[in-house]
Amino acid sequence: MRTTVPRFLWVPAALAWLLVAIPVAGLVLRVDWPNFLGLVTTPSALAALRLSLETGLATMALCLLFGGPLAVVLARSSLPGLPFIRSVVLLPLVLPPVVGGLTLLFLFGRTGPVGGFLDREFGITIPFSTGAVMLAQTFVAMPFLVVSLEGALRTAGERYEAVAATLGASPATTLWRVTVPVVLPGLMSGSVLAFARALGEFGATITFAGSLEGTTRTLPLFIYLESESDLDGAVAMSLVLVVVAILVIVVSRTRDLR
Amino acid sequence: MRTRFRAALMAGTAAVLGLALTACGGSDSGSGAQAQAPARTLTVSAAASLTSVYQQLGTEFQNANPGTTVKFNFGGSDALAQQVVQGAPADVLATASSKTMQTAVQAGKIQGEPVVYATNSLQIAVAPNNPKGITSLQDLTKPGVVSVVCAPAVPCGAAAQAAEKAANVILTPASEEQDVKGVLNRVQTGNADAGLVYVTDVKSTAGKVAGVSFPQASAQGAIQSYPIGVVTGSQNADLAQSWINFVRSQQGTAALQQAGFVTK
Repeated sequence: MRTTVPRFLWVPAALAWLLVAIPVAGLVLRVDWPNFLGLVTTPSALAALRLSLETGLATMALCLLFGGPLAVVLARSSLPGLPFIRSVVLLPLVLPPVVGGLTLLFLFGRTGPVGGFLDREFGITIPFSTGAVMLAQTFVAMPFLVVSLEGALRTAGERYEAVAATLGASPATTLWRVTVPVVLPGLMSGSVLAFARALGEFGATITFAGSLEGTTRTLPLFIYLESESDLDGAVAMSLVLVVVAILVIVVSRTRDLR
Repeated sequence: MRTRFRAALMAGTAAVLGLALTACGGSDSGSGAQAQAPARTLTVSAAASLTSVYQQLGTEFQNANPGTTVKFNFGGSDALAQQVVQGAPADVLATASSKTMQTAVQAGKIQGEPVVYATNSLQIAVAPNNPKGITSLQDLTKPGVVSVVCAPAVPCGAAAQAAEKAANVILTPASEEQDVKGVLNRVQTGNADAGLVYVTDVKSTAGKVAGVSFPQASAQGAIQSYPIGVVTGSQNADLAQSWINFVRSQQGTAALQQAGFVTK
C-alpha cells in the first residue's frame, strides 16, 4: 500500500516540476520548425555534435579507467585520510566549471608548471587541442562516476568478496569475477551520468581548451557562439541537446529499475 | 542595543539629508545667477568599449555643467540599439558600429544624421617585448606561432576576416573566441603568441600586452566606426547635443586618443 502524501506538498511539488518543464516546453515552441532540419545539419552544427559525442565517449572511458579504481579504493581500502581524499574528488561537483578551467589552464597551459615542461621538452601544447577538451570534461564528470560507483560498492557490501577470498580467489580474481558483476548496474548508471555531464560541459572547456570548429568547439560552445549571431540555429541545436539528454536519462533510469 | 543602533542610523540619515538639502540650496542660488535650468539628468546609452573614456568625460561634463547628472547605460551595441528601438529612455545613443546605429536610424529613433566621431582598428596583440618578433599579419602563419582571433560571427572576427582578405593571408587560429577579451586573455596568459584585438584593448591592459600595427588594419570592413546621435523624443535634446559637442571637442578627442581611438 502507498502512503498518502500530505496535501500541502502538492503545490510546491507541482511548481518545482513546472520550473523545469516549462522552459523546456518554451524552447520547443520557439524552434523554427520549417527550417529545423537545415539548421541542425549545417557543417558547423554537425562538426560540433560529432565532437561532443566523441569527446563525451572518450571522457566516459577515462572516467571508468581512472575513476573506477578510485571508487574501489575509496570504498574498500583503509587508507589514512580517506575522508580528505574523498572531499577532493567531490570538489568539481561544487566548483564553478570556469574555476576548474582556470586551474587546468594554470597547470597545463603553456606557462604552467606541467604544460610548460611538456611544451619545452616535447613540443606538446595541451590547450586548444581535443585532448584539452577531454581533460576538462573528465575533470568535471569524474565525481559523478566515483560517487555512484562508491555508493554501489558500499551497498553491495563485502560478504561475497570475503567468501571468494576464503575459497582461494586472489584479490584480482575477486575483483573481476565477484565485485564488478555485483556493482555492474551502478557502474553503468555512473558511466551514463559522466557521459551526460561531459556532453553539457561548457565553462571549463571554453576557459581551458578554447573554441575551434572540429577541434574544441563542442555542442554547448557552438550554441553559445550561435546565440550571438543566429538565434534560430542556437535554439535548434539546444533542442538537439535536450533530446540527447532525455535519451541519456531514459537509458540510465531503465538500468536503475532493472 | 538594537534600538540604539536604529536611532543612530536615523540620526545619520537625517544628517545626510540635511547636508544634501543645504547642498541643493547652495547650487540653486549659484546657478540662479546664470539663469540655468534646475537639476537635469542626461542618459547616455553607449557601447561597452567606451566605458572608461565616457566615465571620465562624464565627470568633466558634470563639472562644466553644474546641476547636470550624466547617467550611463553601457552594453553591447546591438542590445543598446534594440533598447532604443523598443523605446527605452535615452537621450544619446553611441554604438560601436554603423550597422547597429542604422537599426535605430531606420526605426526613426535618431534625430537627423548620426555622426562618426571616432574609429578603432585592429592590432596584433603579443607578449611584451614581442618575443616571437611578429611584425606583420603574415608572421602569424609562421610555424610555431600560436594565433587566436574572434569567431567570424562576432564583429571583431568579421573585422579580422576583412584584414586577412586585404593582406591575402589565411590564418589558422588555434581558437576562435567569443569576444576580444577572450583573445586578449589567451595572449596575456601566454597560451597564444598573437591575437587580433583592437588598439583600445591593447591600451587597456596597461603594458601587459604589446600591440603591433599592420597596414591591412585600415582595410574596408576592418575598421570599427563609432557613430553617435540624439535619440528622437529626448526631453533633453539640447543637453544631448552639447554632450555630442563635448565628445568632439578638444577635451573629448584628447581623452579618446589617449584610450587608443582615432578621432575624426
